[in-house]
Amino acid sequence: MISFLIIIPDKKGEFYISLIFICLMKLGILWSGGKDSAYTSFLAKKYGYELACLISIIPKNQDSFMFHPSSAEQIKKQAKVMSIPLVLKRTIGKKEIELIDLKEAIKEAKEKYKIQGILTGAMASVYQASRVQKICNALKLECFNPLWQKNPIEHLHDLLKDNFTAVIVKVSAQGLDNSWIGRILDKNAIDELIASSHTYKINPAGEGGEYESFVLNCPLFKHKIGGVN
Amino acid sequence: MMLIINICREKLHYLEFVKPIEDILKSLNIPFRTMHYEELDKKEISRADKVIICGTSLADNDFLKHLDCFSWIKGFKKPILGICGGMHILGIVFNGRLKKAKEIGITPIVFKKSFLGLSGEKLVYALHSLFVSSSQFDTYAVSKNCSQAIKHKTLPFYGVLFHPEVRVHSLITAFCTEV
Repeated sequence: MISFLIIIPDKKGEFYISLIFICLMKLGILWSGGKDSAYTSFLAKKYGYELACLISIIPKNQDSFMFHPSSAEQIKKQAKVMSIPLVLKRTIGKKEIELIDLKEAIKEAKEKYKIQGILTGAMASVYQASRVQKICNALKLECFNPLWQKNPIEHLHDLLKDNFTAVIVKVSAQGLDNSWIGRILDKNAIDELIASSHTYKINPAGEGGEYESFVLNCPLFKHKIGGVN
Repeated sequence: MMLIINICREKLHYLEFVKPIEDILKSLNIPFRTMHYEELDKKEISRADKVIICGTSLADNDFLKHLDCFSWIKGFKKPILGICGGMHILGIVFNGRLKKAKEIGITPIVFKKSFLGLSGEKLVYALHSLFVSSSQFDTYAVSKNCSQAIKHKTLPFYGVLFHPEVRVHSLITAFCTEV
């Protein structure tokens, strides 16, 4: 909730002071540490929502259907530079079991941080989006997917325009070899990804799991965080 | 000019339910103007050649409390496409009733008759907990649970319960260019 004082003139030409309270909707962010969850959080803040907590699920299984296998320590660093509390859960990462773990994490966030909605970075994955929608529906929470159906090239350009620094931490697609790991998503990298998307028919924003990214700096961070191994 | 009507209660939902429709129109070079239903006035409505009423989130039924904002539809003669909540509005304006039927995610539907270029079996993206039933509309497509595509018996008013901005852009293209 935010509050501020305003001075209001009345009909007699006199003034009085009023204290205004505005309740912002509190959101829990499904946070992978990558560019999409960070950019969706940036948009929510820009639209006037309160980022109440991050919710991160760390899967043991490298091929989880729902989550990126991220480093818990690195995600904790991101939460710290945003001064946003973190709900961190581990899952074995098997289909359906990971959904039960996700539901439990969201339920915990709802109870602990009184969130009224969930924010995701889903762009095109109907599998992920519809499963989060079902969980939100069951827990009576709003569900927000601000990147939904967004043009991937527009998204990459927006990341640059809005000063996001993300590094590629995993690749898994034709046309993207291991030399991409550790590369910053700068203009050159984005141009190459767009070129590869034409050659190899991959999603240049990595929505199909072509690559995973990790955000080192963005307008939500108080300062840049250290490199990623 | 196309008038796109935003029915979302939450500002952030514009990006999820309205902007994807705008992006499709931009790709077709179709000029449009987007307004929230609470901002609509007679001048804007009369300027529109066609109207698309977008959907909103599963938890948002706020627009149902403001149906007076849509009374202009009864006197409108130009084409309207109502998507999800927009379909609810079209049906209710013509004495329809809302019934419960929840569908989330990829849903198989069957077109009994050709509808904006679609026919036969299709997989569509559904996100709704209600559907509308009105005797003034014919049903063109159904899922296991409810009507998915309807058209007014005499007026160029089309409604789809599923979200054509996901996977079925051709329906929006057909509405924009062929109706």
